[in-house]
Amino acid sequence: MSRTVSRAVTTLEAPPRTRYVEHCMGTVFSVDVRDRGEWSAAIDDLVDWLHRVDEVFSPFKPGSDVSRLARGELRLADADPEVRTVLELCAEVSATTEGTFTALVDGRIDPTGLVKGWAVERASALLRRHGSANHAVNGGGDVQLAGEAAPGRPWTVGIVDPNDRTRVLTTVEGRDFAVASSGPAERGAHIRDPFTGRPAAGLAGTTVVGPSLTRADAYATAAFVMGRDAVRWIAGVPEYAVLAVFPGGATVASRGWPPAGR
Amino acid sequence: MRRAALAIVSTVAALVMLLSFKTHSVSSSRPAAIGAANTGDGSATGGDSGSTAPPSTATSTHAGSTKGGSSSAAKTYTGDSTDTQWGPVQVQITVQSGKITKVAVVDYPHGNPRDDEINSYALPQLVQATMSAQSAHIDTVSGATVTSDGYLGSLQSALDRAGL
Repeated sequence: MSRTVSRAVTTLEAPPRTRYVEHCMGTVFSVDVRDRGEWSAAIDDLVDWLHRVDEVFSPFKPGSDVSRLARGELRLADADPEVRTVLELCAEVSATTEGTFTALVDGRIDPTGLVKGWAVERASALLRRHGSANHAVNGGGDVQLAGEAAPGRPWTVGIVDPNDRTRVLTTVEGRDFAVASSGPAERGAHIRDPFTGRPAAGLAGTTVVGPSLTRADAYATAAFVMGRDAVRWIAGVPEYAVLAVFPGGATVASRGWPPAGR
Repeated sequence: MRRAALAIVSTVAALVMLLSFKTHSVSSSRPAAIGAANTGDGSATGGDSGSTAPPSTATSTHAGSTKGGSSSAAKTYTGDSTDTQWGPVQVQITVQSGKITKVAVVDYPHGNPRDDEINSYALPQLVQATMSAQSAHIDTVSGATVTSDGYLGSLQSALDRAGL
């Protein structure tokens, strides 16, 4: 596994910002630390973490724990302990989404729909343990935000218009929150309705905001499958809100949207 | 043919959008000043639509810190050439006072009439998307999963180097 990006970190004088980008899991992870200090050790840990997640969870790597589990070559008890953690989270989210989110694909274990958000949320927690209270970790468009962008200024997250990806549809501001989007825009129709087995096609895209990116990521996927029903569904999920965008450009949001002053 | 061109244009625009709006969150992990300083705006824009010659980019990577306050002079950064399904693409941006003032595709697939169409249509979109990102004060962007393939890497590496 070769790293295409050097690990050198640049810290600017003012405002304090350390930025880093890592290609992993077929996407791009961007780290933006807004605390003063030297963060290269923290970012080294973060990068190691992302690649470890990839090694354990990638369904595209035949030797990953998830691939071996799916082939029946590995018992859960013998797998990396994080696998159990993730599968438990998948079960929780599956229950919350009334089965719309599932880690079972054609009878095989595939927690991919939750792993990236979870990895990013854990990466943010890792930065906190290293002493950073203000940072953003963005995993290919799913973002966990800690603290604020600058003293007194909340983070501003642009949400891509799924019907015209040159535009930002709207922005969300907040502190200590997560934003996840789902849709076919970049990877084609990759989200399947587990009840029909067919690609979900009702919406152009969904964005979910809430405290945890692990859940927001999976909820955004589930909301995409649910279509119009997503708004009603998420009203029963405390602390989370959804914005659903239709192919014609119409938008519908749950009552909690836009999430104000987190 | 036109359909293919439009597909490319929309891909270009999408990727540029993602990158441009992401400039605030993308790292400056490998600061490298590449290419000559840009002298101005007006005269340079003519090169966007016509020239197909990739510039000879001397890659001077130094792993120190980038500019703190000395960013008022325009600097040009060139991304790595990235293979796309249409051929190699390379993007160059010009930065002045911490803002992107110019975006140019310096290498792109040749040998097909659609190239002209791409260059006359996609480039203005590139610039527009990048410029609007600059004024939006957006810290980071959420959208359906970005892949790390193709064109993205090229412009992203340019932006990374610019340290925006």
